[in-house]
Amino acid sequence: MAENPSELHLPGPIMSRREALQVTAGAVTLAALPPETVAATSSSPAVVKNDMTLTMTVNGRIHTLTVDPRQSVLDVLRETLDLTGTKKGCNQGACGACTVLVDGKRIVSCLTLAAMHGGAQIETIEGLEKDGVLHPLQEAFVEHEGLQCGFCTPGQIMSGLGCIAEGHAGSPQEIQFWMSGNICRCGAYPGIVAAVADAAGRT
Amino acid sequence: MFPFVLEKPDSTEDAIAAAAAGARYIAGGTTLVDLMREEVERPERLIDINRLPLGGIRVEGEHLVIGALARMAEVAADANVQRLQPLIAESLIEGASPQLRNMASMGGNLLQRVRCPYFRMLDAGCNKRTPGSGCAAIDGLNAGHAILGTSDHCVATHPSDVAVALVALDATMRVRGPQGERSFPVEELFRLPGDTPHLEHTLLPGELIVEIRVPGGPHSRRARYLKVRDRASYEFALVSAAVALLVEDGVIRQARIAVGGVGTRPWRLRDCEAELVGKGPDRQAFEEAARLAARGARPLRHNHFKAELLPRTIVRALEMAGEVA
Repeated sequence: MAENPSELHLPGPIMSRREALQVTAGAVTLAALPPETVAATSSSPAVVKNDMTLTMTVNGRIHTLTVDPRQSVLDVLRETLDLTGTKKGCNQGACGACTVLVDGKRIVSCLTLAAMHGGAQIETIEGLEKDGVLHPLQEAFVEHEGLQCGFCTPGQIMSGLGCIAEGHAGSPQEIQFWMSGNICRCGAYPGIVAAVADAAGRT
Repeated sequence: MFPFVLEKPDSTEDAIAAAAAGARYIAGGTTLVDLMREEVERPERLIDINRLPLGGIRVEGEHLVIGALARMAEVAADANVQRLQPLIAESLIEGASPQLRNMASMGGNLLQRVRCPYFRMLDAGCNKRTPGSGCAAIDGLNAGHAILGTSDHCVATHPSDVAVALVALDATMRVRGPQGERSFPVEELFRLPGDTPHLEHTLLPGELIVEIRVPGGPHSRRARYLKVRDRASYEFALVSAAVALLVEDGVIRQARIAVGGVGTRPWRLRDCEAELVGKGPDRQAFEEAARLAARGARPLRHNHFKAELLPRTIVRALEMAGEVA
């Protein structure tokens, strides 16, 4: 993790896949619009603006943000703060890929409005590693192969932190029940359960 | 999602005034945000009630009092809830996922909308979403739908688990509105669909749930919730049963049975309860009583199994309650 994790860095000579997609998508959109539409879009009076300004702390860093009340916490994390470790799976609260901790509690960030979280303390997957050292639960996921494709993993790990903190990691059966809000379509469940159990034993 | 204005009043009076003027309350948002994104719900003004003093859990004499803003997880983990009304804790833990239980409020749980897939399918008929548009579920995929309390206009089940427990326990709720406060049984919150399925509850415009009150008693200890579903957790009920027994000298003095997953509202089974009183808490008595449960049921094409699963679930739940030491 960099010193200033939330600072947007401009696409450099070596672009990530995401940066490349962002730049090309913007160019394609603009190119596809006729010139007058571009002008109209930029100063359209018909667009309803109900924006709200709020402050939230994400991974220990305070952000003052202006949000459209329709934006979920997930969208603000990914689109505004560029913290794309938190994943958008189903976007309807069913899969758990977007799990983060808000004020210490695990929630699905897709089903809650950012504008309702002024003053909140949010922890995401990006905040777990400290000075190049993985969090013990991240280590355990690597060690026990608690993943295949990895898409659900940030949500699994954040949910696992909640599961352990709540005291529900006492047995594999208990972990299975209390981790059931996180779906893994690769079926890495045995590794996930083992990782949570292992990390719970270490802390 | 359609645009809306979000307001965060500091006073209950301001919140109620706004809701009486047409605004919608939002607490956890787990139902409403989802349905707004699907454009099934299109409120223009939302009132975030999380700043209002409607949280907390307390004991008043024999009553357990649960604030409307208390979260499901908070209630399930509360020592007083576990000690005085373990049925409530058990039913809460069987519902939703750990993440959703951290978010969803008790008031919102009671007012959550149906999970019928056609309700959220904008191109399908749904009298609940669009009155007069028909009910696609009646001739559609209806294995998860209700067999009790249905009408020709709607067959959706009420999805809450804890509401089933609250109805079994004769819980009441206190609500506040523009005309002041009133209290009534939780059971009376829920309307049958009839020919107006878009009207789901009996709250008046602007009324806000303040708290839920659960009377205690010796029945509260022998009380269990059994939920039968397609997977072991994080799934809505096919059939569920909340039961409580008061057994003295080997005789059932009092029985309470409410069921979920089968009715268009949380469904109390008073005939079954009456059948149990005066009998020994054994399997034969449980089976005879449970046989009455599906009387008047109107199964649909895909959910005939519920008429059979319902009495079996009740029998097993009664056995579980009887086993409580």
